[in-house]
Amino acid sequence: MSLTMFASTGKPTASRASFGKALLEIADQFPQMVVVDADLSKSTKTIDFQKQHPHRHIQLGIQEGNMVTMAAGMASMGQIPFIASFGCFLIGRFEQIRMSIGYSNANVKLVGTHVGIGIGPDGYSQMALEDISCLRTLANITIIQPGDHRETVQAVRWAAEHNGPVYLRLTRQNLPQFHSDDYQFQIGKADVIKSGKDVAILATGGTIEPAMAAVALLAERGIDAELVNFHSIRPLDEDYLVSASARFGHLVTVEDHSIFGGLGGAVAEVLCEKAPAKLLRLGMQTYGESGEPEDLYQKYGFTGEAIAAKTATLLGK
Amino acid sequence: MTNSRLEKKELVEKIRQYRIDIIEMLHRAGSGHPGGSLSAIDLIASLYHYEMQHRPNEPLWPGRDRFVLSKGHGVPAQYAVMAGMGYFPKEELKQLRQINARLQGHPSDQFLPGIEASTGSLGMGLSFAMGCALSAKLQGESQRVYCLMGDGEIQEGQVWEAALSAPKFKLDNLVAIIDYNKGQIDGPTNEVMNLEPLMDKWRAFNWHCIAIDGHNLDQIEQAFQEARLTQSKPTLILAHTVKGKGVSFMEGVIDWHGAAPNADETAKALQELKG
Ligand SMILES: Cc1ncc(C[n+]2csc(CCOP(=O)(O)OP(=O)(O)O)c2C)c(N)n1
Repeated sequence: MSLTMFASTGKPTASRASFGKALLEIADQFPQMVVVDADLSKSTKTIDFQKQHPHRHIQLGIQEGNMVTMAAGMASMGQIPFIASFGCFLIGRFEQIRMSIGYSNANVKLVGTHVGIGIGPDGYSQMALEDISCLRTLANITIIQPGDHRETVQAVRWAAEHNGPVYLRLTRQNLPQFHSDDYQFQIGKADVIKSGKDVAILATGGTIEPAMAAVALLAERGIDAELVNFHSIRPLDEDYLVSASARFGHLVTVEDHSIFGGLGGAVAEVLCEKAPAKLLRLGMQTYGESGEPEDLYQKYGFTGEAIAAKTATLLGK
Repeated sequence: MTNSRLEKKELVEKIRQYRIDIIEMLHRAGSGHPGGSLSAIDLIASLYHYEMQHRPNEPLWPGRDRFVLSKGHGVPAQYAVMAGMGYFPKEELKQLRQINARLQGHPSDQFLPGIEASTGSLGMGLSFAMGCALSAKLQGESQRVYCLMGDGEIQEGQVWEAALSAPKFKLDNLVAIIDYNKGQIDGPTNEVMNLEPLMDKWRAFNWHCIAIDGHNLDQIEQAFQEARLTQSKPTLILAHTVKGKGVSFMEGVIDWHGAAPNADETAKALQELKG
């Protein structure tokens, strides 16, 4: 697998770990910030914050529904709650999110970790695969899936600064680092990792790595693909999509999430209304299952080979 | 019982083997939850071997009693017992958590016949079990329904909705069991979110309540009998257990909640269990 066209800029890091570090970095700057956990602080990586700022950490035990609405109460008092659990368990409390966070525009930061089939052997019950789709129906919740360590740290800071509800979608597995030191995260802006001429591949979170591999394989076949990190699912960079539609006429989305309403769905909505193009949505179309992450990525088509082959077919090559 | 009844000392022997199976399974899988599997195995084995009406060779037999493992991460214990009773070949235990395996990391009714409810998202099993028990009553059938929950798990609000509801329908065919091993992930249960006085809570919700040592097979069997004799109320069995029971270095150690033993630890554990 030739990844040399994408230089590594640091040690592969899980975005949940980057989140844990970012909390420590911004703790002093945002004294109103509190962190709330539901018996998963070791997994969501809030545990170091808990140790350093015990009075600003709230342990609720296994009660995600209570956590969501309690956080809204805290936000109404001027606190900035970051509430963390597996993405699936947060989204499972959709009614609480809908009423307490969405409708009330509460300044609560929902942090969902362990997203996608990339979590591996625990299986479907622990995999967030529908979280983006659900949250996209609540128009005021910002949805961010950062792509690597530097981006995650900046996205956490952005979330703390932003007054309004935010969902951060974070991985269990390590993500390669591809942003350099001077990278500036910009909310709502497509992040072009590599520009190209023939097709745009839009990836997010855990699928950026296989998409990089796909771009390298396509290059060997004479196809010059543009690779884009779509860290902002809402706001979505519509200008980029309109321009990509004009430039390439062909786009591919790849997400470790359901394509029904996920990044693929979001992109399809914009293209249909504003700039029709040929779109291929790659992602999950069924429930997940247990398995080693690599085996699952193989089975469900999140490999450079599979993405490259399907992209070439889309282009008729 | 559908199965010829084992002598108690034979059951003890079987359970020792199940503990071995759990350790071997988790070691091979490289992930999973030993603590809560080992604390629950005596309860689950007693249910399958002594208490429930069921047919391993006909897992979907409509007359079967229902077992809902609400604390789904403890499923290695259930798989060990199911294999031991012939639901599937013991060889299959080796596939736990692997791709395309029927033995999913958490129980899935979509993959394995004999699993009644897909769980793994905590707090939902008692509602499902209540639905089964209510249906049996509506249908005039005699199936009994058993639901095993974790002590951390019962911090979920939905558990208390079910706890409030089951007595209304006089579900004396429903038995809820709490694996009270005093630990969850982020620490000891009563530090993370205190549950006590726990028996009083269930009593106040109109359940018939029994406290037992969840590793004492006589007490487990007696509690199930008492539940059968109890009329017009569901029964709650508060089973005091030890997380990691049977493997000295795992007993009461929170870090063994969700970590698989490596080769050395496995050898040590098996040595203890094989005695
Ligand atoms: C809704 C939900 N929230 C969080 C989790 C993650 N989780 C898995 S096991 C566990 C702790 C369970 O503790 P307990 O119920 O006491 O189980 P035991 O000690 O018997 O293993 C948690 C928080 C989950 N599976 N489901």
